[in-house]
Amino acid sequence: MASARPVLEAPEIGRVLTRIAHEVLERNRGADDLVLLGIPTRGTHLARRVAERLVAAEPGAGPLEQLVGSLDVTMHRDDLRRNPVRALGRTSLPPGGVDDRVVVLVDDVLFSGRTVRAALDALSDLGRPRAVRLAVLVDRGHRQLPIRADHVGKNLPTAAEESVRVMLEEVDGRDAVLISGPDGAPEPTTEPAAEPAPGAADAEGAR
Amino acid sequence: MRHLLSAADLSREGALELLDVAEEMAATQAREIKKLPTLRGRTVVNLFFEDSTRTRISFEAAAKRLSADVITFSAKGSSVSKGESLKDTALTLQAMGADAVVLRHSASGAAHRLAHAGWSGVGVLNAGDGTHEHPTQALLDAFTLRRRLAERAGGDPARVLEGARVAVVGDVLHSRVARSNVLLLETLGADVVLVAPPTLLPVGVGTWPCRTSWDLDAVLPDVDAVMVLRVQRERMGGGGFFPSAQEYTRRFGLDGRRLRLLPDHALVMHPGPMNRGLEISAEAADSPRSTIVEQVANGVAVRMAALYLLLAGEDAA
Amino acid sequence: MSTTDTPAPTGAAGEGAAPPVLVRRARLLGGEETDLLLAGGRVARTGPGGSLEAPDGARVVEAAGLVALPGLVDLHTHLREPGREDAETVRTGSRAAALGGFTAVHAMANTDPVADTAGVVEQVWRLGREVGLVDVRPVGAVTVGLAGERLAELGAMATSAARVRVFSDDGRCVHDPVLMRRALEYVRSVDGVVAQHAQDPRLTEGAQMHEGVVSSVLGLRGWPAVAEEAVIARDVLLADHVGSRLHVCHVSTAGSVEILRWAKARGVDVTAEVTPHHLLLTDELVRGYDPVYKVNPPLRTRADVEALREAVADGTVDVVATDHAPHPVEDKDCEWAAAAMGMTGLETALSVVQEALVETGLLGWADVARVLSSAPARIGRLEDHGRPLAEGEPAHLVLVDPAARRPVAPEQHATQGRNSPYRGMELPGRVVATVLRGRPVVLDGALVGEQPDDAHLGASRGAPHGAAGAS
Repeated sequence: MASARPVLEAPEIGRVLTRIAHEVLERNRGADDLVLLGIPTRGTHLARRVAERLVAAEPGAGPLEQLVGSLDVTMHRDDLRRNPVRALGRTSLPPGGVDDRVVVLVDDVLFSGRTVRAALDALSDLGRPRAVRLAVLVDRGHRQLPIRADHVGKNLPTAAEESVRVMLEEVDGRDAVLISGPDGAPEPTTEPAAEPAPGAADAEGAR
Repeated sequence: MRHLLSAADLSREGALELLDVAEEMAATQAREIKKLPTLRGRTVVNLFFEDSTRTRISFEAAAKRLSADVITFSAKGSSVSKGESLKDTALTLQAMGADAVVLRHSASGAAHRLAHAGWSGVGVLNAGDGTHEHPTQALLDAFTLRRRLAERAGGDPARVLEGARVAVVGDVLHSRVARSNVLLLETLGADVVLVAPPTLLPVGVGTWPCRTSWDLDAVLPDVDAVMVLRVQRERMGGGGFFPSAQEYTRRFGLDGRRLRLLPDHALVMHPGPMNRGLEISAEAADSPRSTIVEQVANGVAVRMAALYLLLAGEDAA
Repeated sequence: MSTTDTPAPTGAAGEGAAPPVLVRRARLLGGEETDLLLAGGRVARTGPGGSLEAPDGARVVEAAGLVALPGLVDLHTHLREPGREDAETVRTGSRAAALGGFTAVHAMANTDPVADTAGVVEQVWRLGREVGLVDVRPVGAVTVGLAGERLAELGAMATSAARVRVFSDDGRCVHDPVLMRRALEYVRSVDGVVAQHAQDPRLTEGAQMHEGVVSSVLGLRGWPAVAEEAVIARDVLLADHVGSRLHVCHVSTAGSVEILRWAKARGVDVTAEVTPHHLLLTDELVRGYDPVYKVNPPLRTRADVEALREAVADGTVDVVATDHAPHPVEDKDCEWAAAAMGMTGLETALSVVQEALVETGLLGWADVARVLSSAPARIGRLEDHGRPLAEGEPAHLVLVDPAARRPVAPEQHATQGRNSPYRGMELPGRVVATVLRGRPVVLDGALVGEQPDDAHLGASRGAPHGAAGAS
């Protein structure tokens, strides 16, 4: 990833997540019935960070454990047969479950929309939320399904061949969003397939 | 994973991955909606040349919970005759578009043969071959053991079984469960002791990665779990492996008295079906430390994990 | 090797006899280059390399670099005819034998019908004569139907045209000690020998492979070494007691070797054979469950292989015999337990012996001639085989290129069996020529009068004469 160029650094990422937290609160008119479900791997950490900011902004929002969880979508993906077999991520719901609550799905990058499609399916197996919303750190376009995000950290126009990589302190040791061109030599094409689970958030199909 | 034929096929990392996937599968099985779309469009053939209702049902449930199409073929009692049958059945399955075959067969090595003889390209999951191996049984035993020991002691799930002391008691000679368990538990770092009359330990057992003993009473106070094997009377064929059922029970049966020799936390396991009153008494089988029913439930999760790892990825070239 | 035919003057070869053959510069038993003139079915003259002139009409075989051995004699071959012509026929088995350097084979009695009467052994003998590529010597069954219950008519078989001298229930053990004693005693009257398949039946019920480390892991029922050794121990004591000659088939364990060594030291008239596969292969090969390695007696351990090699070297084991056991593909292309036991061996025996015994320095070529020719001929009472390559002796010989190396390709073998355990292995040595009674039957590694590729076709030609001697 020699030609990777940062588009967001740690301070901006922090500010963006704070804004998303406020947007979520505003849209929901408070923290009542809110559940934030992150999509592993990086979405889980983003959901937790957004939830922390939400609790800070709205002290009545309740303990973090009541507010945040994770939703693994691997077993609902439509591209399993195109890739080597994946390890499963964790699914854990807050104690109250999702029935009749407002679920905000949190992911790092919105690209084709297929991950979100899988997440909606996975969610429907877990219960019947009152509403489902979507928050992403980066929207890089190129949707293949009729899906859009409710809360976007940054809209990032990209070429389809470019690759976008989100790095988070919890997983990668630093916060950054990197973009690299197709001329970046073999990495952008081989890297997602070789290392599907972590660090390959550019294409949802390669998570 | 291309095939699962022997517990020896699994590295430590591979075995732990499978157990971790099984944990996630088990979590989905606690939900109201248990069915996952993961293996939609895949065809799993349950090919049972030997009766085993519980294993067949367990695999069938696992495949169905993952939305695979399941075809069950019980060859026993059909017109299939030995020799011709396995190869020709394999060719038939290939033609029917099977993606994986779950094979139970009375011949040791049958699964290995189906996987490697060049008859077909399907993935093979060994659901018990003769007196050789039964890897998913060992995996569900390890899964059960790991869960129970982790509940008690906590700690890194990858290391819970390291140093765990497990006694495997009974008809080791004819037991595919024992072979798979010795291999898998060794891979996961556990300390295994086989307890059996000398007639039911195979020649060559001294080279296995475990200890052996003829004295159950001496072993029980120092174990975290005791796995009781079924006495396979149908394999004894008048071989006189022990003088009488009564003597076997007296010397190697897990009864109430022996139950009380175990440490408080130790578990009682049995792969089923049990010969109550022969290798295990009702008191032991039904005691709170018995995991026998739990093992059955965990079997579905472990088999879902095995099918997932075998079939969810890209098609083999 | 090259052959040239000098123009034959009319009438030179008398009443169907083969024209003379001059073998030039062959290394006799691996030693000095020697010329051998073969005429009238005998070795007519010998001389130093390059010293003999080819008479008119003689075929000249240039054999520089080749080792000349007396024609090989197999004491243990399954030709399957009558009854299992889908596995092998006398014709296809004879072709395989000739290509392997054999000029005589002993055809085992476990056919269908069993070779337990003069009629059946004469049928097999006659089929062998009709094919004419090797001398086929039938082995007679010891007991009726190999059932181990009562003696077959050993005398009738011995005095039949087939002149049976070796009696064996091979495939089954003559396990009843009284019956074995009677057989040993009875065959003395016909100068015969009982060739025992030493396998205690009770200790090997359902046995699938050598009992040991590998069987314990594979969950295949074990075949303990003691099941062989106990029978050999009993039989050498019986042979000693009644003063009879005993031959032990396919010895496979280190313990058997020790018992034989003890018996020979004690003066018991016992001989023994080992198969090529037990000199090279071990039970480790079974780990893949490929039934091509399923054989009776089973492949044993490395220690057994070493002991057997030593035993051949020091003469404790007298003979290498192939136990050539062809099977149709379907009898091996299945799961282990359902598969038939046995391996082909006629076309690889000499190469395996070279690999296991010559290249390891245990045997010289003269010893190879002993274990593959003179000793088996003596045990089988084949007077005109296994003789030295000297003037006046029968002209059975084989020319071997010891420098050749070739991967084994069972599909190219003349036997109908494809169950060679050496598939893909590179083995040394190549049989270049085989001469039976002065007539070359193999030249340039191919049957005379056929292209090498014809080999497989022979299988379907069968033997229309098959029913001639059936009773």
